[in-house]
Amino acid sequence: MTELSFVIELTILVLAAFLGFEVISKVPTMLHTPLMSGTNFIHGIVIVGAIIILGGADDTYLKIVGFVAMVLATANVVGGWFVTDRMLEMFKPRPEPGDKEPKK
Amino acid sequence: MIDNPDLTGLLYLAAIICFVLALRFLSSPKHARRGNWLGGVGMIIAIATALLQEGIKNWVLIVIGAAIGTAVGVVGARKVKMTAMPQMVALFNGVGGGAAALIALAEFDELGGETTWDEGLSIALSALIGAISFAGSMIAFAKLQELIRGRPIVFPGQNYVNIAVLAAASAIGIAIVAGLEEQWAIVAVIVLALMFGVMFVLPIGGADMPVVISLLNAFTGIAVSATGFVLNSTVLIVSGMLVGASGTLLTLLMAKAMNRSVTNVIFGAFGQVQAGVGQARADDGRTVRATSADDVAVQLSFARKVIVVPGYGMAVAQAQHDVRQLADLLEEKGVDVRYAIHPVAGRMPGHMNVLLAEANVPYTQLSEMDEINPEFPQTDVALVIGANDVTNPAARTDTSSPIYGMPILDVDKAASIIVMKRSMNPGFAGIDNELYLDPKTTMLFGDAKESVLKLISAVKAT
Repeated sequence: MTELSFVIELTILVLAAFLGFEVISKVPTMLHTPLMSGTNFIHGIVIVGAIIILGGADDTYLKIVGFVAMVLATANVVGGWFVTDRMLEMFKPRPEPGDKEPKK
Repeated sequence: MIDNPDLTGLLYLAAIICFVLALRFLSSPKHARRGNWLGGVGMIIAIATALLQEGIKNWVLIVIGAAIGTAVGVVGARKVKMTAMPQMVALFNGVGGGAAALIALAEFDELGGETTWDEGLSIALSALIGAISFAGSMIAFAKLQELIRGRPIVFPGQNYVNIAVLAAASAIGIAIVAGLEEQWAIVAVIVLALMFGVMFVLPIGGADMPVVISLLNAFTGIAVSATGFVLNSTVLIVSGMLVGASGTLLTLLMAKAMNRSVTNVIFGAFGQVQAGVGQARADDGRTVRATSADDVAVQLSFARKVIVVPGYGMAVAQAQHDVRQLADLLEEKGVDVRYAIHPVAGRMPGHMNVLLAEANVPYTQLSEMDEINPEFPQTDVALVIGANDVTNPAARTDTSSPIYGMPILDVDKAASIIVMKRSMNPGFAGIDNELYLDPKTTMLFGDAKESVLKLISAVKAT
């Protein structure tokens, strides 16, 4: 990618922070745990960095470091996503008559 | 292969849009799940874009690494119990931070240590914050999983040692910014940051975990954002910062809900304060009144409105499913049943909502503190199950109490209060609860699950 200057990157960072605060403040308390695991999943984007490092590594040292980063980042992405999906699936409004568990 | 930098940039932008929308969709449980799927799409776009860049090699290692990570992630995510969600979140938090620190380590090596000041700054920050987040999250995980003592672990002069370690790590980081090229420097930053991460979470008690987990969440986000600066990757900068903002916001919310500052949580080692302060004056003639399941069942069955106040004790006893069943029975009898959720109920923000959702409680029955508090005066019975400090009226009146000023659920305003509790042991804050001495309060002692089961059969009989 074209290299951006530090100041432009910093500008993007600050704008992203404001955007983040804006969007997150609309999330209801009820969904704060899924929010946390969902953002957990999003910081799994670090996997892109792991791919860049491991995919460009020449010597053994870099390969090892890149490989470990790759494992950690993948676990982050995959685990974060599945756990969030599992949780959000449980949030239901009034159960529909059809899927109510049988009463004893 | 993608060899056009503009196309690469656009694809990453698409990923960013997906992530922002995913968070936007979390504003309601109705479409939150769809949002997560959209986030997944964004991630796939980003990963594919990274893999398709020219000159990517070591495919075998990439595939093996991804396979191991996927296996760990899927198994972990599938197996975890909802009560264990906080430690799972801590774990995934940690691995993200660890990856960020490792990328900084690798990049410093690749540059041969020759960095401009801004590269040096990004590398140092990514290593420092990433490593703190990794180590801190692992300790938080171990504490929540009860691999190590959940109670505060303290030694004299701890805060000074912590500050010294952090200062040393920062000093070496500054040296890197100033142009230090030695490889040991970045290793030293990471090692010191790992030490700090361990030591800063060790003294923090179980009840403060919601704050700590939120804080670590913010750390990892910021570390990933710093990694974005290292690699000149906007998608990392933006996504990392979104997480940083979210974690920061949650940290502040949690601290506010406990009426404590973030610094106080980190340096204050709760549980130190107790003993003596805010002791319920048991000798002033008021005593605790115990009751039986049958009496409670009658009270509940003939109530118009019941508010259930669940706490972590309910989750520990795995009683949420039975509580739901009890609530269903009461509803069939025409009782209006609601759940009052305090922001710090559970071990992480919103934890109680997840536990109740798992037990199939419709989210329309769950009410936040500010929403439900005005309803307590019109409530016949407040049923407190395994909650303690969040119901303690001392938080309103007793200035000497450690929890003074903490927003609480106005349980004491209900016509009558039933507290289900294992024993008279004080809660996490280590203080007695005035509520138990209230003449309107009766106590139903015993394991929460067993008590609820007894209540269910008693309600069926009435």
